[in-house]
Amino acid sequence: MSGQGEGMRDTVTDEGYMTADGRKIGGVAMEMRNITLRFGGVVAIKDISFDIRWGEIRAIIGPNGAGKSSMLNVISGFYHPQEGEVIYKGYKRPAMRPYQVAQQGIARTFQNIALFEGMSVLDNIMTGRLHHMKANMFQQAIWWGRAAREEAENRAQVEKIIDFLEIQHIRKTPVSRLPYGLKKRVELARALAAEPAILLLDEPMAGMNVEEKEDMCRFILDVNDEFGTTTVLIEHDMGVVMDLSDRVVVMDYGKKIGDGTPDEVRNNQEVINAYLGVAHD
Amino acid sequence: MPDTLLFALEASLNGLTAGVMYALVALGFVLIFKASGIFNFAQGVLALFAALTLVGFQSGQIPFSHLINATLGTRLHHFGWNMPTVLAIPATVLVMIGLAILVERFILKHLINQEPIILFMATIGLAYFLEGFGDIMWGAEVKALDVGLPKGMSMAVDDATFNWFGYGFYIDRLEIWAAGIAAVLVAVLTVFSQYTKQGRALRAVADDHQAALSVGISLRFIWVLTWSIAGIVALVAGIMWGSKSGVQFSLSLIALKALPVLILGGFTSIPGAIVGGLIIGVGEKLFDFFMNPIIGGATENWFAYMLALVFLLFRPQGLFGERIIERV
Repeated sequence: MSGQGEGMRDTVTDEGYMTADGRKIGGVAMEMRNITLRFGGVVAIKDISFDIRWGEIRAIIGPNGAGKSSMLNVISGFYHPQEGEVIYKGYKRPAMRPYQVAQQGIARTFQNIALFEGMSVLDNIMTGRLHHMKANMFQQAIWWGRAAREEAENRAQVEKIIDFLEIQHIRKTPVSRLPYGLKKRVELARALAAEPAILLLDEPMAGMNVEEKEDMCRFILDVNDEFGTTTVLIEHDMGVVMDLSDRVVVMDYGKKIGDGTPDEVRNNQEVINAYLGVAHD
Repeated sequence: MPDTLLFALEASLNGLTAGVMYALVALGFVLIFKASGIFNFAQGVLALFAALTLVGFQSGQIPFSHLINATLGTRLHHFGWNMPTVLAIPATVLVMIGLAILVERFILKHLINQEPIILFMATIGLAYFLEGFGDIMWGAEVKALDVGLPKGMSMAVDDATFNWFGYGFYIDRLEIWAAGIAAVLVAVLTVFSQYTKQGRALRAVADDHQAALSVGISLRFIWVLTWSIAGIVALVAGIMWGSKSGVQFSLSLIALKALPVLILGGFTSIPGAIVGGLIIGVGEKLFDFFMNPIIGGATENWFAYMLALVFLLFRPQGLFGERIIERV
């Protein structure tokens, strides 16, 4: 059984585990097996294995250039590892295009926000529901029957998310006019609109002020609580990570140097050396 | 009303209808540019190819007959039946969709992540290829295109204006129809892009490729869709221009007239293409009307380009284009 840190062996079983705050975490949603990713001669990820459990908030941390974003890009299909396997819902995932991965229920946000700047907040979030719309092109074209019904249903779902993330006041605003913090929230809303099985967040709090960070933290926890969304996040802010996540993978120079609960990771000497201690600015 | 004003008014009206014809071509450019950032040099040839195919279907021509005759020594030319227009148009639409699929499969797919200039070069290549291919497939002679649209002077306009002003305006009925059809086309495209799943996906791809991928949109599908729509718009433009002045090689040169329209309206705006077309159309006719006595005519050949040049100096993004803001 790969993918678990030293201290986790006793507590994490195949069926799941209990978190410190008493939430029940399920079985394995996704397993990364011996992933190696190279760009030419540069090894971005070196033989890394870990798993992601249904319902948990899983963090990937590490110093700059540790390969965190690369790992997220492997999960979301933007990069294809040279070695290793991605096991999703119990099956080995074949090499897929990013849009196919998205259609399998893996939604993501980006480190430097990738929203549709020219569209309104509402339209942006609606794009998250594109693959929930099944009406064919002909029905779409004449706006009839299924197409109209689907639009209404999806719209209702989107309104729920808008309510949930408290962005009602900007729903008609073009995204390009929003401040940074709100853009991040809209991006989260778009990812949520897809009703993802796994939600990937690439530095959801980067560049935010304290208040915005607190808001975002609350939203991530609420989303997990309310929808039971499995969340994988990358974050620099150690305080945030330790508060939010159930289990943490620590990477350094493309290698995994720690894996476990926040407490276990905090006390791991290698992690302290590489990240909290010497290397961290 | 003084005569000069009446003549100028008539010239403007003619300019408006001519402008719609320019706008139709410009529309095809805008669609592809918005969705993929490619300036499609082949848009004019696309219109020519669509019109050739339509005429070919209508008259029951055997495709590649010259080639077949030359290699096998046969004397084929026509199947001996005529396809009614109601069938020939959908058949041509299918051909244009097929062409879009081939363009994606053999050109765009291999040029993903390349510089826009490389994609532009590829469309130049496509333009020359398609021009030759159209000739081989359907023959190079000038053909008349008739899809049953009315032609000639509109008596209704003539009567009405004669009753009001005592002077009957000459407006071609074909151009009135062209204006109506263009309006419907723009309305349909707008509704499609604003309110349907594919339309939303199309706008998403136009805005940000990476984000589009992350919400599960297939870029390749969207490209086929865009090129299909551009092909259909090219067919409409081909029908209008072909009915007006015959289907011949010069049809592909109307693409050049679309350039100033795009510079005026902005490369990314559908309303811009329409308004740009109208301004060029009216400007051309009025300039011709007022300046002809002074400089002796033929101003229509260069007026549009000169106007575009002036626009480039003062408003390079066009009337409706995205404003270029440099953040430092």
